[in-house]
Amino acid sequence: MQAFEYANPTSLKEALGMLSSQWGEADILAGGTDLLSLMKEYIHTPKRVINIKGIKELGGITKTAAGLRIGATATLDELTESAAVRTEYPSLHQAAMGVSSPQIRNMGTVGGDLCQRPRCWYFRQGYGILGQEKGKSLVPDGENRYHAIFPKSQAYFVNASSLAPALIALGAKVKIAGPNGNRELRVEELFVVPSSNAARELALAPNEILTEIVVPSARGVKNATYEVRQKEALDWPLVTASVAIRMKGSSVASAKVVLGHVGPTPVVATAAEQMLTGKSLTQDVATEAGKSALDGAQPLNGNAYKVQLARVAVKRALLEAAKARG
Amino acid sequence: MSKHHDELDEKAPPKGGFSRRGFFRGVGVTSGALGSAILGEQEADAAQAAGAKIGPGAVPVSLNINGKVHNINVEPRVTLLDACRNHLDITGAKRVCDRGTCGACTMIANGKVIYSCTVLAVDAQGKQIQTIEGIAAAARPHPLSTAFVNNDGQQCGYCTPGFVMAAKGLLDKNPSPTYDQVKAGLGGNLCRCGTYVGVRKAVLEAAKAMKGAKNA
Amino acid sequence: MPNYSWPPMSTRKAIGQRLSRHDGLEKSTGKAKYNSDLNKPGMLQSALLTSPYAHARVRSIDTSAAEKAPGVTAVRVIATPGTELQWQSQEIAIVAASTEQAARDAVRLIKVDYEVLPHVVKEEDISKVGNRAKPAGEQLTGDPDKAFKEADVVNEGHYGIPVLTHCCLEPHGQVVQWNGDQVNYWPSTQNVSGIGGDLAKNIELPATAIKVHQDHIGGGFGSKFGSDRWGVEGARLSKASGGRPVKTFLDRATELNIAGNRPSAYARIKMGAKKDGTIIAWESTSWATGGMGGGALPPIPYVITNIPNRRLNHSAVATNGGPLRAWRAPNHPQASFLTCAAVEDLAAKLGMDPIEVFVKNIEYAPEARRESYVHQFKKAAELAEWSKRWHRRGDSGSGPVKRGLGVGICSWGGAGHASTCNARINPDGSVDIELGSQDLGTGTRTIIAQVAAETLGLPVNAIKVKLGDNSLPPSNGSGGSTTVGGVSSSTRIATVNALDQLFEKVAASLSTTADKLEAVGGKIQVKGDPAKSLTWAAACRKLGTQSIAAQGQNNPRNPLGLNTQGVAGVQIADVSVDVETGVVKMNRMVAVQDCGLVVNPKLAEGQVTGACIMSICGALMEERVMDGQTGRVLNPDMEFYKLAGAADIGEIIVHMDIREELDKRGVIGLGEPPTVGGVAAIANAVANAIGVRVPIIPLTPDRVLRALEERRSA
Repeated sequence: MQAFEYANPTSLKEALGMLSSQWGEADILAGGTDLLSLMKEYIHTPKRVINIKGIKELGGITKTAAGLRIGATATLDELTESAAVRTEYPSLHQAAMGVSSPQIRNMGTVGGDLCQRPRCWYFRQGYGILGQEKGKSLVPDGENRYHAIFPKSQAYFVNASSLAPALIALGAKVKIAGPNGNRELRVEELFVVPSSNAARELALAPNEILTEIVVPSARGVKNATYEVRQKEALDWPLVTASVAIRMKGSSVASAKVVLGHVGPTPVVATAAEQMLTGKSLTQDVATEAGKSALDGAQPLNGNAYKVQLARVAVKRALLEAAKARG
Repeated sequence: MSKHHDELDEKAPPKGGFSRRGFFRGVGVTSGALGSAILGEQEADAAQAAGAKIGPGAVPVSLNINGKVHNINVEPRVTLLDACRNHLDITGAKRVCDRGTCGACTMIANGKVIYSCTVLAVDAQGKQIQTIEGIAAAARPHPLSTAFVNNDGQQCGYCTPGFVMAAKGLLDKNPSPTYDQVKAGLGGNLCRCGTYVGVRKAVLEAAKAMKGAKNA
Repeated sequence: MPNYSWPPMSTRKAIGQRLSRHDGLEKSTGKAKYNSDLNKPGMLQSALLTSPYAHARVRSIDTSAAEKAPGVTAVRVIATPGTELQWQSQEIAIVAASTEQAARDAVRLIKVDYEVLPHVVKEEDISKVGNRAKPAGEQLTGDPDKAFKEADVVNEGHYGIPVLTHCCLEPHGQVVQWNGDQVNYWPSTQNVSGIGGDLAKNIELPATAIKVHQDHIGGGFGSKFGSDRWGVEGARLSKASGGRPVKTFLDRATELNIAGNRPSAYARIKMGAKKDGTIIAWESTSWATGGMGGGALPPIPYVITNIPNRRLNHSAVATNGGPLRAWRAPNHPQASFLTCAAVEDLAAKLGMDPIEVFVKNIEYAPEARRESYVHQFKKAAELAEWSKRWHRRGDSGSGPVKRGLGVGICSWGGAGHASTCNARINPDGSVDIELGSQDLGTGTRTIIAQVAAETLGLPVNAIKVKLGDNSLPPSNGSGGSTTVGGVSSSTRIATVNALDQLFEKVAASLSTTADKLEAVGGKIQVKGDPAKSLTWAAACRKLGTQSIAAQGQNNPRNPLGLNTQGVAGVQIADVSVDVETGVVKMNRMVAVQDCGLVVNPKLAEGQVTGACIMSICGALMEERVMDGQTGRVLNPDMEFYKLAGAADIGEIIVHMDIREELDKRGVIGLGEPPTVGGVAAIANAVANAIGVRVPIIPLTPDRVLRALEERRSA
């Protein structure tokens, strides 16, 4: 780890003043579960590390009539312990429990889960976010079993967030504070495809801080997340599907189907959403939706199995949601 | 881990952003690289409390470990685990993966199990840290430690302190776990010798023993 | 000569007891000090610079900036200009400094100019390794061509098992202090008595100059015998730093990349059999790598070795990866998997139960073990509910989750190694047992105490065992499952010798002669006349001020019937496979294992259980992933170099095959044999569950789904 200057601001304003307008100069420290590893590998070599856990306004989870407000530094453990999350947002609870290490859940924050960097092993070995050597991605001809089946241009890594698919399916937004004030993004807009090895995969400026996540009320919304993981102990999901379904009688009024760990950003499965509308959630319909969700997948030479896994994940998430009250 | 060393030089000097002077402005910290304690303790507390910037050189860090306050001088980049192992000779927690995966470094901070390899020592200040050395009174071992022996939940023993701490975190939260809850509670720890069968039994046995003790 | 033989099973008091390990509480309270825990006064830390390339030549190296870096006391170049680096993470230079951070900072200031050379790091497809494959020459027995023609059923398959790493939780390394003409050496080692000599030879000092001490080791599995480059360079750094102690323990990535691996094994195997299951022909083309030395031919056909007609061709493939080291039962898990998978596939084609096929062909196994295997198949089948749960391949019902059973077998030697033990009986009644051995977590300390207690008729906790220092009488390194046989025998001999001396001292006071005495239940008494006795304490008081010291040696060439070699074991796996996701879950593993005389069944069961769990990791998730383009290891971590967790292993049922006729053979090592059959059992269980062979280990979702897909499209 390269030496750095450490700051422990207690107000958002103070923290914003410590950030840099260039990537790489300063890093925001919350749970640290990703950042410290990145720094130990010299993937990140910030000159300054700004701990934001001392900023009270960034913490906590509150339930209001309008929905759920999750502070960026609320931990995954707080999320799983929240009664409101358990009852109204099972998909979020399931997604957080998918991080099957209690230690990570105690340390890792919701904001950090969204802002963590990809686990692509070429990235982690120092080949940049696009995993390139001499301007060419190492992924298509390399070891790509965990990589994207929905690659975008030269980006083959997969978004690593456990919570993003659920948050997107639930219609959540993130609030972002910056030098010029605050802004809001839908969670799906937070993730972008980097155009070069120097670019980032988040729609955040280097001097902005993600401050909170706002999830609309999910009353009446059946929701579930299904992860395919090889291990029950701490392990990265191979694929994730999260669904949020509004019913009208026994048929689907509207559906959100989002896939995780399949592309450089979470993938909203529009075709499956459309296909589901007006149908009842039977085994056959769920299977069909799984197929639609993977329309257009472009697997690499070593990861076609993820297409199958994602189909199954969509099917199982839908059937799980169908069982849920809501 | 070794990287492409030919690339490193480019990364070394700060390119814009902060000037080195900017680093130290307002805090009075000099760049003394090694072991040179710069700030008085009070100053450091004041500086940290005010959210000011410290480092990158060694800074005074105050850690409350097993109920005792330890004052050391370490750089902000030193982890809680390394501070304990290299500066305080508290070596029960082990450094194995050093990347927050294996759980051998597990400690309890404010009642929650954490990977101490992935927490900065400066960031652990103000917390009640518990390590394997501090879970039992000197006279009698913790029921978990005893249960690990009874059930042979250890071989080489290098993962064992981490497992005991993870199990303690679990039982603190859930004194009567089911078998499945025990398995899930140990989801953040790995063993290479393959002692899980004994470990799982040990946690259930300790849960029973601890409840018995409470009722008595 | 005194009678050293083991007391009969029925009269044993300490041996055979299910005792907890003596150092257990030290470990589970965090008090146990491993050498990686040491903080010596004035100790320096170090960091290695290692190769980023799988194959390169060092053109030049410039350490000047590192030498001037703050806190640095010494820099040593390991790979001088011109050195050809043959694998990623090969050592280039090492720095000692006042803190780890300073050492690592300094390493990053070393400038190396590399000439990058072409590499080969992948061997699964042998057609792509070019001249890196070195054929070993054909081994021919009988007339396989003719036999295949005569066979009623011929089955051909391909199988593979990748390179694994040891992944010891305590990394390799040491604290070392070279001060004047003496070196104090605190390594993490399986070889307390021998490693000093290894270091000495590399730093040109007499072996007697090296003082080795180690109380505990955090895993070795066959990879920690030598002083290693980092040991040698650590010593030199210490000397160059004015004799201050220097600590070097590898970081996880370096540990996984260069501190040892188990070689791969790939094979195309053809077997021919008669309708009744009698195997008559074997043909295999195999290849393996464990780095630039390639990988040896695993002992195939395994156990059923003497198939009458066989043709074997093997190639060692040189790859630019870290060099192999012994890994619990070298080459046996690979051989067991290759053989048992081929037999299972053949049985499926024959429409037979694979256990029947094994039993049918048991005459091809060494004669001494045949009965054991048959007995163990039966016992394992009973424990695994084979007759109820086994089904014909793929015949596992509707629904996405398929359950299946599979079997694997093991064999191993495990004779006791050379070991010397000092036993001292003190006037205060205390007993000291000293050996320059090591307890790898196998329970060596505990079983030594049990043996001594048995001989001396004392409670086990009356025995003080001292290990872990090369000033103690030498024992060989703990490898090849040789320790328990070696140390139990030397301890038995030493304690019998010591006791005979005690008998001599006290015989007169009991008005008898030494040969009429026995030590039982804390007393020295006249055989057949227990009324004439002295308590142990009273007997020892008669020593006055002089302790009794006696020595015992296990001579591997003449172990006096105390230890021997040759064990059998059978494992059955019971798995559930989700055929929609390819995820394999363990329901349970059954292991039936023989190891002769079992000194401590509790610890023995722990060894077997642990070995089963290691097999589960190896069968389902462990794999060193190499990148063909960059030549780098892509998963030198514990996140993608996957190990099973507490929830991933199902239930483990261990049955130690303890029988009078096996017991009387003497003590046999156990560390290795139970690691052998598990991968085969799990792979066969998956084939049984899903109806198709998943040829390449580990059985990850992608491979399981691919096998199912290939069957569908076939």
